[in-house]
Amino acid sequence: MIEDLSNGTTGPRGKLAVRGLDVFYRVEKPKKGQPGENQALKAVDLDVGVNEVLALIGPSGCGKSTFLRVLNRMNDTVPGARVAGSVTLDGEEILAPKYDVVGLRRRVGMVFQRPVAFPKSIFDNVAYGLRAHGLSEKRELEWRVQQALTRAALWDEVKDRLDANGLGLSGGQAQRLCIARALAVEPEVLLMDEPTSALDPIATAKLEELIAELREELTIVIVTHSMQQAGRVSQRTAFFYMGSLVEVGTTRDVFTRPREPRTEDYISGRFG
Amino acid sequence: MQPILEERASRPPRLNGGAGGGAAGRAGDAVLLVASAAAAALIVLMLVVILVDALIHGAGTVSFAFLTKPPSGGMMAGGVGPAIFGTAALTIVMTIAVVPVGVLTAIYLSEYASPSSRLARIVRLAVANLAGVPSIVFGLFGLGFFIQAIGRGIDRVAFGGQVTYGQPALVWAALTLSILTMPVVIVATEEALRAVPRSLRDASLALGATKFQTTFNVVVPQALGGILTGAILAVSRGAGEVAPILFTGAAFFLPELPTNLNDQFMHLGYHVYVLATQSPDVDRTKPILYGSVLVLLGLTFALNFVAVIIRARTRRGAAARA
Ligand SMILES: Nc1ncnc2c1ncn2[C@@H]1O[C@H](COP(=O)(O)OP(=O)(O)OP(=O)(O)O)[C@@H](O)[C@H]1O
Ligand SMILES: [Mg+2]
Repeated sequence: MIEDLSNGTTGPRGKLAVRGLDVFYRVEKPKKGQPGENQALKAVDLDVGVNEVLALIGPSGCGKSTFLRVLNRMNDTVPGARVAGSVTLDGEEILAPKYDVVGLRRRVGMVFQRPVAFPKSIFDNVAYGLRAHGLSEKRELEWRVQQALTRAALWDEVKDRLDANGLGLSGGQAQRLCIARALAVEPEVLLMDEPTSALDPIATAKLEELIAELREELTIVIVTHSMQQAGRVSQRTAFFYMGSLVEVGTTRDVFTRPREPRTEDYISGRFG
Repeated sequence: MQPILEERASRPPRLNGGAGGGAAGRAGDAVLLVASAAAAALIVLMLVVILVDALIHGAGTVSFAFLTKPPSGGMMAGGVGPAIFGTAALTIVMTIAVVPVGVLTAIYLSEYASPSSRLARIVRLAVANLAGVPSIVFGLFGLGFFIQAIGRGIDRVAFGGQVTYGQPALVWAALTLSILTMPVVIVATEEALRAVPRSLRDASLALGATKFQTTFNVVVPQALGGILTGAILAVSRGAGEVAPILFTGAAFFLPELPTNLNDQFMHLGYHVYVLATQSPDVDRTKPILYGSVLVLLGLTFALNFVAVIIRARTRRGAAARA
């Protein structure tokens, strides 16, 4: 099935379908003649297939994080942000005003660009989402927390101090804690915003292995600034530039024979 | 205080030749420094004078008996036991009333109201104005609203018109005070909630937690230090206020302790006022008067001290997190 996605934008078994997506942020104090809004994404059409890993690449500020945040409606929390267009998850429109956003976020998990641990114990950090979804049985919680921490390659480092405060972790550990936290609730789609930016090469390799493994069960959209990483983990790659989707295709095509000169310039390091 | 000093120290050196720089600017700095130091010294001096005065005249009076015994001999002997008890009871009932309402209001304002919400604007305006109302007005309000309207109403409905709640009482004085101190709690809590970074809320929401879960599992615990500080400042403010309880519950002299919410009570602040103005023999009352003042000051300082410690603790916690 996944091979069918090779020709670019659409695939037969789309998990997520994005059509004509525009995102605007409010400009706090617009200068004279400046519009009151700044468009961060322009008319983006993009599909994400079931059980694929889609990599988003592009220079800083091009809208990668913004795109990710649309997929689980996290832009709702940004004051003055406006989203237009259509995004469907399994065929259902998620941008509809009445859509169950809490339910959506249970299905579409997210690992933020900057890891934020809750000021709670490591255990409670990982158990947070499970508890929020109503799980309270102790054995079950312990089992799932251990599973999640193991998958995020953090278990060995924290298994003796699960009661210690999550704030005491190093940057890279905190990043893996956030990954474990997102994995614990077993989402259908996982959005990862530069998940290895604070990780050492060993942890990075482990995470990339995990992504390959997770692909069996879920759909992943990953933002990365590392071309090598995109090449290693993703089946398809989308290149964003200044709020527009310039090109999307199989990762091999995008990297070996890009259709757009801007993509080629970016990949070969001529800008960005 | 501290932040100003820090800012001063971390300000980058001014470039030479810029407008307002050079010798004139430096002289201005010196004048400002001297003036602000003098103003600060004056405030400290006042505090020291008040404390030393109360200590010199009152320290000899304060003993265990003084703290526990009721006044006697036409208020010229005995202690302040019932007044301490009354003040404590009043403060506790007030706290039970003001903290939940104030904190929930602040949660509404900070977490739930949209920035353009009409209601939120009205509430904020009301809070700001409430803070500026003279405390005697609260006393009259308490008399008119709580005692005459609500208290009498309760009597009519539940006690067949027999005066039970339609008179000055602990509960009415406490509720009056809670309205006076409400702005302190609301403002402190709202500030504490606003200081919680959005990324923390986002992290919770992104895990599929509801707004309610996010607010009570992540935001409020994170803001707890600031909320507690506000509550304690409100308590210490309320414990020293006299005007609002004059007509709503404080008794001139009452040797028994209040046992019901509709009992009257003695109060330290009011007791000081009574001793200072109603005594037939000012000189003989003086030691007891100063003893009472000392106890009142001690109580207020102790509460403020607790607030400062809590604040320092949470600030240190926040610094460790950053
Ligand atoms: N909360 C916000 N309010 C206003 N503007 C924003 C906000 N978040 C992002 N933007 C703007 O939207 C544009 C896209 O930002 P976005 O964070 O999506 O970029 P990005 O591709 O993730 O960049 P990076 O690689 O640096 O993380 C930028 O111009 C940014 O300034
Ligand atoms: Mg980003």
